[in-house]
Amino acid sequence: MIVTPGDEAELEALVADAASGGKPLAVAGGGTRAGLGRPVDAETTVATSALTGVTLYEPAELVVSARSGTPLSEVTAQLAENGQMLPFEPMDHRGVLGSDGAPTIGGVAAANVSGPRRIEAGAARDALIGARVVTGRGETVKSGGRVMKNVTGYDLARFLAGSWGTLGVLSEVTFRVSPAAETEQTLVVAVPSIDSAVQAMSAALGSPYAVSGAACRPQEGGPSHVLLRLEGFEASVAQRVDRLTALLRRAGNIDAVSADASRDIWRDVRDAAVIRDAADALVWRLSLKPTAAPGVIAALAPLAPKALLLDWGGGLVWVALPSDTAGAGADKVRAATRQAGGHATLVRAPEDIRRTVDVFEPPVPAVMALTRSMKSTFDPAGILNPGRMYAGV
Amino acid sequence: MTAIAFPEPDARTLARRDEIVAGLRRLVAPEAVIDAEDGRRGYETDALTAYRAIPLAVVLPATTAEVASVLAYLNDEGVKVVARGAGTSLAGGALPSADCVVVGLARMNRILDVDYVNRTARVEAGVTNVNITNAVSGRGFFYAPDPSSQLACTIAGNVAMNSGGAHCLKYGVTTNNILGLTVVLIDGTVVEFGGEALDAPGYDFLALLVGSEGQLGIVTEATVRILRSAENAQPMLMGFDSAEAAGGCVAAIIASGIIPVAIEYMDKPAIEVCEAFAKAGYPLDVEAMLIIEVEGSREETDSLIARISEIAAPFAPTVTKLSQSEAESAAIWRGRKSAFGAMGRIADYMVMDGVIPTGRLPEVLKRIAEITAQYGLRAANIFHAGDGNLHPLVLYDMNDPDQLERAELAGADILKVCVEVGGCLTGEHGVGVEKRELMGYQFSKIDLDQQMRVKTAFDPAWLLNPAKVFPLDARPVPNRAAAA
Repeated sequence: MIVTPGDEAELEALVADAASGGKPLAVAGGGTRAGLGRPVDAETTVATSALTGVTLYEPAELVVSARSGTPLSEVTAQLAENGQMLPFEPMDHRGVLGSDGAPTIGGVAAANVSGPRRIEAGAARDALIGARVVTGRGETVKSGGRVMKNVTGYDLARFLAGSWGTLGVLSEVTFRVSPAAETEQTLVVAVPSIDSAVQAMSAALGSPYAVSGAACRPQEGGPSHVLLRLEGFEASVAQRVDRLTALLRRAGNIDAVSADASRDIWRDVRDAAVIRDAADALVWRLSLKPTAAPGVIAALAPLAPKALLLDWGGGLVWVALPSDTAGAGADKVRAATRQAGGHATLVRAPEDIRRTVDVFEPPVPAVMALTRSMKSTFDPAGILNPGRMYAGV
Repeated sequence: MTAIAFPEPDARTLARRDEIVAGLRRLVAPEAVIDAEDGRRGYETDALTAYRAIPLAVVLPATTAEVASVLAYLNDEGVKVVARGAGTSLAGGALPSADCVVVGLARMNRILDVDYVNRTARVEAGVTNVNITNAVSGRGFFYAPDPSSQLACTIAGNVAMNSGGAHCLKYGVTTNNILGLTVVLIDGTVVEFGGEALDAPGYDFLALLVGSEGQLGIVTEATVRILRSAENAQPMLMGFDSAEAAGGCVAAIIASGIIPVAIEYMDKPAIEVCEAFAKAGYPLDVEAMLIIEVEGSREETDSLIARISEIAAPFAPTVTKLSQSEAESAAIWRGRKSAFGAMGRIADYMVMDGVIPTGRLPEVLKRIAEITAQYGLRAANIFHAGDGNLHPLVLYDMNDPDQLERAELAGADILKVCVEVGGCLTGEHGVGVEKRELMGYQFSKIDLDQQMRVKTAFDPAWLLNPAKVFPLDARPVPNRAAAA
């Protein structure tokens, strides 16, 4: 059964009722990421689809607030009318997860969904400056606000980003926004190896030219393509394209791709299109320090990945593995990423695998203990999205 | 008499002082425990100098392991702990109590590793903010948050207060620039949060720890992002006839799609004092001045300055002055960053740190003037205008206790205005003791109870910096403290 509270008070009552009866609730926005995480066993799903509408938008103050169930597209359309955008470029998971529906602004916050611009402009959590949330106690807690800087009390709003509805149901979120760039260009650098790709991306990101996207599409049996995005005012972009080209002239052959084609490139990077196109695959998302990426990718070669994509200068690696890989390849993937100081998320896998294989990297025992204690402060009855992130959380 | 109340020190702990000092001496090098009253007095206050208390003892550990053994011991003994970086808190965040042990991080000041390829630095938490930038500037990198106290303040303190600075309009505050933390919990457990990757698995504990004012654990090491500096930074000064014109100009610049790295606002009293101190070339015949800094290549900064000048024209700036040299640029920033120190030469002051929606700037400035006049005091105003972070300085004479009390009341009224117009009590200084009793203006009981549950989960006996952040009479029962 899906219930759709129409306001915060209804949401509070619904959660309080479930808490007193000890009945678990699955928490959903648009449901486009429902397949990400451990399966939640709940008869009732509380969806935010009736909590909609932009509640505040002040372009000159770079701030937008919206009820959590507001479709992301509605928010971004309003921003675009004023030449603004969400700085963190949230990924659309529908391709990779093969899901339908419309992503919501609350879902973006709850899953801390970012995209290629994360390296320059921060993640969703960085832009999340305020939130209202109905906790598992059926109480609405507000944290943060609508101003850019705020250290008044603990930063519960950011803490909720990436908690996947296990601590509370967001009812309203407030994001810092930024001006959309006047134009953009992408340099495509053909490099001989993943190692040289990471070197080229690090050189670009360590340059003063404000690179706002650094990705790499490794090609089997040919050169890998490094993609470097420069955004801003027309003249500035043109000048930085020249200077970055000069800086990287020894890295490989360089082409410049202009505005519309560049936007297509980055939409595909954002949505991990090459991973999406590897049909039927198991999909892993690895978070690493960039220089660790080549070694980790080499260590995964025995699993015969169907597709690879590097983003965030190599700090984010997407891996599509054949669907018949035993245990989703978790042992090998996790061993390789951990050894490199990183962590891995199993973004796409059939439900039976997600019941037995950890989807999110299990934290070390001390952090797991704190994770459980945070869960019990927000949701003492353990009814909100139980088990979505970790068993018992 | 002052407005801020403090819990009565625990008599049992005071009576056990010698025993506790001896216990600490067993855990760290003998000279790392400061026992003599003269030595302890150096830790009696921070930059909120109106309040003082000599702590029970001061311990200066040299390693994370020492911090862990000290906390485990004090936790077992039920002794309160106040962590201290450099003691530059303007909110009383490092203010001790007579029954607490101060754990100072000043000896843990090494830069452990700089990784230019991955653009991170690993530092001990007692390192000063500016020393991170100093360590990497030779290669053209910097650490972005730049609080005015950056010469002295530590990363530990920056993490505790989520410090910002003039340039965070573009680069964000501490929470946006930290990738990993080593934290010692009150029971001595050492925990690593985050790491070297751009996201961390599980709940975002970094978000919770940054800005938690030393109440959840003691930070001993941090992995921070370092960024490549722009080729060129170009500050400019613009003077206006009114606060309204300057405020309108700020809003118009941001709405145009330009995000300068900094937009600083100073009013006439602030300009006069800073100019007398720093000889920065500030215009003296204006009501309000903006320092606007843009970055990029020479051509880019020239073009941005031209655009900004065009946008500013309708607001009729009476003075527009571009820095012509690095020396001039340095002087412009020296004037701004030394503002609090310069002001301290002419009067005692309380610095407020409220944040408002930038659109309300002229109205709030007017109300600040009315409030201070009503209490028979003066104010000078220095703001991070781009993000609405106000620093009104309420001037008073410390030798007159009545003036101090009036200054505190005026400050509280100003902060209430900030909340009333949709802002908050503190943008980058923290709540500390200073704004503790005002939390009820911004938060409901439900909001505060949830925050305090988090505190209790990390620190069940409320031993870590307990007298801060939360109103004394709102606390869980065992910690309800009697006002002195």
